[in-house]
Amino acid sequence: MNAMPKFQFAEQRALAPVAVLKPKRVVHPRSSRFADPCFRVGMAGCSVSLLVIVGLILLELLTHSQMSVHRFGWQFFVGTNWNPVSGEFGALPFIYGTLVSSLLALVIAVPLALGSALFITELCPKQLRSTVSFLLELLAAIPSVIYGLWGIFVLAPLLRQYAEPWLADHFGWTGLFDGPPFGIGMLAAGIILAIMIIPIIGSIAREVVLAVPSSQREGVLALGATRWETVRLAILRNARTGILGGVILGLGRALGETIAVTMVIGNTPQISSSLLAPGYSLASVIANEFSEATGDLYLSALFEIGLALFLITLIVNALARLLVWSVTRGMPARANV
Amino acid sequence: MKREKGISLGRKLRNHMAMGAVIISALLVIASLITILAYLAVRGAGSLNWAFFTHLPRPIGESGSGMANAIAGSGMILLIASAIGMPVGIGSGVFLAEYGRNRFGNFLRFTADVLNGVPSIVIGITAYSLVVVTQKHFSALAGGLALAIIMVPTISRSTEEMLLMVPHSVREAALGLGIPRWRTTVSVLLPAATSGIVTGLMLGFARVAGETAPLLFTALGNQFWNWKPGHPTAALPLQIYTYALSPFDEWHRMAWAGALVLILLIVGTVAVVRLVTARSVYRVTV
Repeated sequence: MNAMPKFQFAEQRALAPVAVLKPKRVVHPRSSRFADPCFRVGMAGCSVSLLVIVGLILLELLTHSQMSVHRFGWQFFVGTNWNPVSGEFGALPFIYGTLVSSLLALVIAVPLALGSALFITELCPKQLRSTVSFLLELLAAIPSVIYGLWGIFVLAPLLRQYAEPWLADHFGWTGLFDGPPFGIGMLAAGIILAIMIIPIIGSIAREVVLAVPSSQREGVLALGATRWETVRLAILRNARTGILGGVILGLGRALGETIAVTMVIGNTPQISSSLLAPGYSLASVIANEFSEATGDLYLSALFEIGLALFLITLIVNALARLLVWSVTRGMPARANV
Repeated sequence: MKREKGISLGRKLRNHMAMGAVIISALLVIASLITILAYLAVRGAGSLNWAFFTHLPRPIGESGSGMANAIAGSGMILLIASAIGMPVGIGSGVFLAEYGRNRFGNFLRFTADVLNGVPSIVIGITAYSLVVVTQKHFSALAGGLALAIIMVPTISRSTEEMLLMVPHSVREAALGLGIPRWRTTVSVLLPAATSGIVTGLMLGFARVAGETAPLLFTALGNQFWNWKPGHPTAALPLQIYTYALSPFDEWHRMAWAGALVLILLIVGTVAVVRLVTARSVYRVTV
């Protein structure tokens, strides 16, 4: 399944330690009878710890959110009032903020990521290919606090001075761009998130596109198709499930992103139809209020938000994984490495 | 039969427009990366000086403020995270590659993917309630543990992939010599896959080096020196976060300087990985 073309080299390299390890004495089967199971159990322990960690996360979130779950029930997720002083906790503004900023990010990121993936696989000259891929990877390596810093001091002023007044003038009639331009707000959060998830969607799209058998491409080209028609008919049609998986994976990342969003979304618990208005997200409210949460109910409510976030990202990621697997599993070589 | 003359204008036009859009989107993505890096370089270098690396943070108005304690604190937290996360990650990868070709292995692989997708803030509050609440202390240990949890699935995945790239004949040859299975893994397979595994380790390290959210309620931050893993500790990303949100220009400059140091650390790690893997046999990225 992992038939890489470079295998001969790997073999030469890997064989060296074997030669060094010429066993001079006979290995007693008894010692391995004991050591092998031990080794196996030890390694299994490391692996099972993953399961334990996920279990512990779920357990901690469940036990600590009990109080809030009992007190508010489902009302928690439809209530719009978040007032720690009067002990009222409704999470709808945060859910709204998380969803809108993530969807906005997808709207911006998907075409750009897909475009860059196609650029790398179809158009880019061979010599430049690895450089462009490297730049895309680099975008993924920038920490979110730096995106946040850039968002506050570079992006937000630009939006406030140029982009947002322009949007309000030309597209104000849609109702999406009402109100004063703050710079900081839902739009800024969406743009920052988009830049952050482009490398995720882009690298998966690139892998999936490369996994399309070249016979498909050649077949369509042989019929006299243009480049774009080849991309549309041979590549996108074959790769769409995998690309969708990548998009959902990006969505999962955007939903859970904390620091960068907290720095630019404005941190105001309100539901506004305007993208220029400040908002709040699930992850941000935890980041901002967790350490100053006074009272058990307040803390419990924040844990319940954490639980909601955990479950949402769990479902989204599981879905994405299944989609990506279903595509790459049956494909020859290239995928996934 | 009459031959059609070339491709129709409409198709040609659509082709050019689509390919233009592809090029423009790639340029936009690269341009955004370059803008971010350029701002970091210009603003960061402008406020970076020797005091930054040697002094403690000072109150507003005093010059010669630095982030020495945050750099040291980050080092300590990352050391703890690596000490826990790397062995566990490698072990898990070994298990999945050598013994995990079955249902149970698939289930664990799926768990690793799930854990990889859990938002870091959620891991942060879990580490808070597991470690900080029971110890009644914010500590570097709790922060290191949170980062280790984030590290493990990445490292496990890459270790497994690298071990699977060692040809099966090598495995068979070693076992055929009568070497026990564990010894085969430790002395033959792991050395053969070393460069790839190290790549995975460094990428895992680079990923957690910039994490802020899991440290908020675990390491907490500190304005002074701290060398004890059981106490609140400053960290570079935390300090950048605090300074960026403050109202003072002086602190904003410090945040830019800190961000430049952080990005150099991370990009340096990634670039080293890239250089090493570009030459070696085992490639991580195509």
